[in-house]
Amino acid sequence: MSDSSINPSAGSSKGPRSSGRPARTIAILLVTLVAFTALAFIQSATKVRLGLDLRGGTSVTLTPRVSEGGKVTSAAIDQAVSIIRQRVNSLGVAESEVTAQGSGTNRQIVISVPGQTGQRIVQLVGQTAELRFRQVLAEGAPNAASAAADTKTATLPSGITPQLNAQYAALDCTKQANLQGGTVDQPNAPVVACNRTGTSKYILAPAQVLGNMISKASAAIDQQGASGWYVLLSFNGEGTSKFGALTQSVTKLATPQNQVAIVLDGLVVSAPRINEAIMSGNAQISGNFTQTDASDLANVLKYGALPLAFTQGEVLQVSPTLGSDQLHAGLLAGALGLVLVLLYSLLYYKGLGLVTVGSLAVSGAITFLSFLLLGKWIGFTLTLAGIAGAIVSVGITADSFIVYFERLRDEVREGRTLRSAVETGWKRARHTIIVADFVSLIAAVLLYFFAVGSVRGFAFTLGLTTVVDLVVVFAFTKPLVTIFANTHFFNSGSKFSGFSAKSLGTVTRTEGK
Amino acid sequence: MARISGIGGRLYRGETSIDFIGKRRRWYAFSGLLIILSAIALSVQGLHLGIEFKGGSEFTITKPGVTIAQARTAIATAGVTGETLVQKIGNDKVRIQTGALTSFDAVKTSLASTFAVNIDSIDTQLIGPSWGKEITHKALYGLFGFILVVLLYLTLAFEPKMALAAIVAVIHDVFITVGIYALVGFDVTPATVIGFLTILGYSLYDTVVVFDKVRENTKSITSTGRVTYSDAANLAVNQTLVRSFNTSLIALLPVASILFVGAGLLGAGTLKDLSLALFVGLATGTYSSIFIATPILATLREREPAMKALSKRVSQHSNAATLVKSESVQPVVVSADTKTGWARGPRNQPKRKRR
Repeated sequence: MSDSSINPSAGSSKGPRSSGRPARTIAILLVTLVAFTALAFIQSATKVRLGLDLRGGTSVTLTPRVSEGGKVTSAAIDQAVSIIRQRVNSLGVAESEVTAQGSGTNRQIVISVPGQTGQRIVQLVGQTAELRFRQVLAEGAPNAASAAADTKTATLPSGITPQLNAQYAALDCTKQANLQGGTVDQPNAPVVACNRTGTSKYILAPAQVLGNMISKASAAIDQQGASGWYVLLSFNGEGTSKFGALTQSVTKLATPQNQVAIVLDGLVVSAPRINEAIMSGNAQISGNFTQTDASDLANVLKYGALPLAFTQGEVLQVSPTLGSDQLHAGLLAGALGLVLVLLYSLLYYKGLGLVTVGSLAVSGAITFLSFLLLGKWIGFTLTLAGIAGAIVSVGITADSFIVYFERLRDEVREGRTLRSAVETGWKRARHTIIVADFVSLIAAVLLYFFAVGSVRGFAFTLGLTTVVDLVVVFAFTKPLVTIFANTHFFNSGSKFSGFSAKSLGTVTRTEGK
Repeated sequence: MARISGIGGRLYRGETSIDFIGKRRRWYAFSGLLIILSAIALSVQGLHLGIEFKGGSEFTITKPGVTIAQARTAIATAGVTGETLVQKIGNDKVRIQTGALTSFDAVKTSLASTFAVNIDSIDTQLIGPSWGKEITHKALYGLFGFILVVLLYLTLAFEPKMALAAIVAVIHDVFITVGIYALVGFDVTPATVIGFLTILGYSLYDTVVVFDKVRENTKSITSTGRVTYSDAANLAVNQTLVRSFNTSLIALLPVASILFVGAGLLGAGTLKDLSLALFVGLATGTYSSIFIATPILATLREREPAMKALSKRVSQHSNAATLVKSESVQPVVVSADTKTGWARGPRNQPKRKRR
């Protein structure tokens, strides 16, 4: 404080030029902040929506599978999303989400269901649910070598070409790989198929009745307990007549051709023998179902088959324990990082470091508020990667302060007064900050559009906080420094102001002259 | 701290000057060596890819007192064949990674009964075989898209040669970071890939700060004719050295705390993978902004006829004047930015002295 004699000169010119405006800018920012906080309360957005990795739940990412001759269209993906959404909603779990991520036909469907729904959700959303009713042409052991009853004469049953027989021989239903289902078959061609449990193998005629001819599906239980839970189907007009015709045509035939196979996603669920024509328009699917199995299958059939086949890209199940562990770790890392940054800037920039503290507090408040409001408005959920993005951005935000501070000190080294340095330094630092932040923003936007799942969460918070950084630097940091530059403490070149001759390294020079 | 910032003052005025640009062949050679080492590490050892890229399953069981031996027995009972990886995390967690499973549910049920835990308390991750390819493709698209957009943007904001030099430095960073990953054998997971992509932005942040100063210092060098492009650029690097050091350190502090907490508390996962990649990338990014980006820029610019002519003029000038080396750097500030040069002495200096 020995330099206090300098001050009068600085104090005397304190006046009209820049006194009212910086305070007004900060006031406007703070009022806006308070207004948005009030808005958050009014909209009851008082909690940040947490992602599944922070609170437990299941998430499934489905990638469209390109089948032979088939094409993945954008409309098909949209349709698949809406069908899957109906299936997920049938579970009745609150805050479940089904979204398509990515762009155009290169999209993935991400399903997130909170809580412990486990494997059930995976089966429910993943299956195509393409249902077909086909007449059985031949049935045999899971690894039978031929469809011919008598291998010596090798006379094939009617309707079976040698080519089909070769396919039949090649299919080994004892292999797990052949029991995964999900293959899309051509409805108007004969096929070979395994049953679900891998205990028998079939050659099936072209499909007569398709899944889209179903009007209703529900789970029901056989009261006598003979077949347990089953799924009851009702056909529409077309389905009723076709199913009637199919059942009528097979009744007179010999075993196994008097059976009608119910094929779901390429696997035979059951192949009951038809004793008489069924004209009622109802059918049953039974197959050792539990109640859950039966009602899930009914739901899946009710909402129709997916227009595309999907493969499971990633299935993630997080228990609530792990979720809260990750949340705590994320918050702890954030707090630690913040404290270190604040400590360093206070040690290095002394009084000027207080500007960093204030600015980080404001940008923290804006970011948190954005999380709350965006959670309400666009369903933003905070994931672990998102928290990491926010923590990493503490560094980026503080970087822009440093760029300005160093510039400021350079200007003072040039011999300017602090008050004029604040303006000239800002003009130059502004350009650097805008370009640098813009580059970060480009990175964030591209990461967001080219990525799926957790990467998107990271990119989103990174982009959001970069924008917040720009707002804070312009509307808070710069005005605050202007105000500080007009105070006695900073102009005095005090040891604690961050502008002492010693810390600027100007000591030797002044003494030299 | 005051001493560090004191150095900042000397660097700013060019009293202390580190010759980054003049000795550029040395840095190029050093980076070349790193790149060759990275290429060897990549081709010989390759990257240690996590299950996200190969497809497979991961089960994490949380129960006090679980052991690796227990987990191995459990996997054997569940009938899992092929390569498996069992890790102990903290005191009460084991993580089991397997290849592609045909009966995911059965394994899970078996694990639940062996460990006597609730089936839904087992954390699982199942990754399809093509998933890794998907994210790799997308990451590559992202990388190329980023490079193109940034090249365009920096060309507009600065100049084409600065954009080119910045991009070369960025590619240099990513390549060396990946090389370090191959060399050390760190796991590469999707979180690591995010980390790699984020390095792009970070590395450029530093470079942008330096280049902005270079541009300012070199604005009027051809008209004044006292310094070469390389000298002016070298002064800019020196002037922004403290800034680069501080921005890198400040950026590193949060990353280090994520790494510390992620590795210490959670053992493995998103936080650790991400912050490790950032940590390595930040270090190379800071190095490249100073030692690679600006020297490349100088190399590119010095090839221009105008700059060649300038060098010639400067060397004739300095031969005639026979200046002492330390003094010859001094006028740079003045010539590079005449305005600040004016403001330097007369207006403010006397005030200080009068005290």
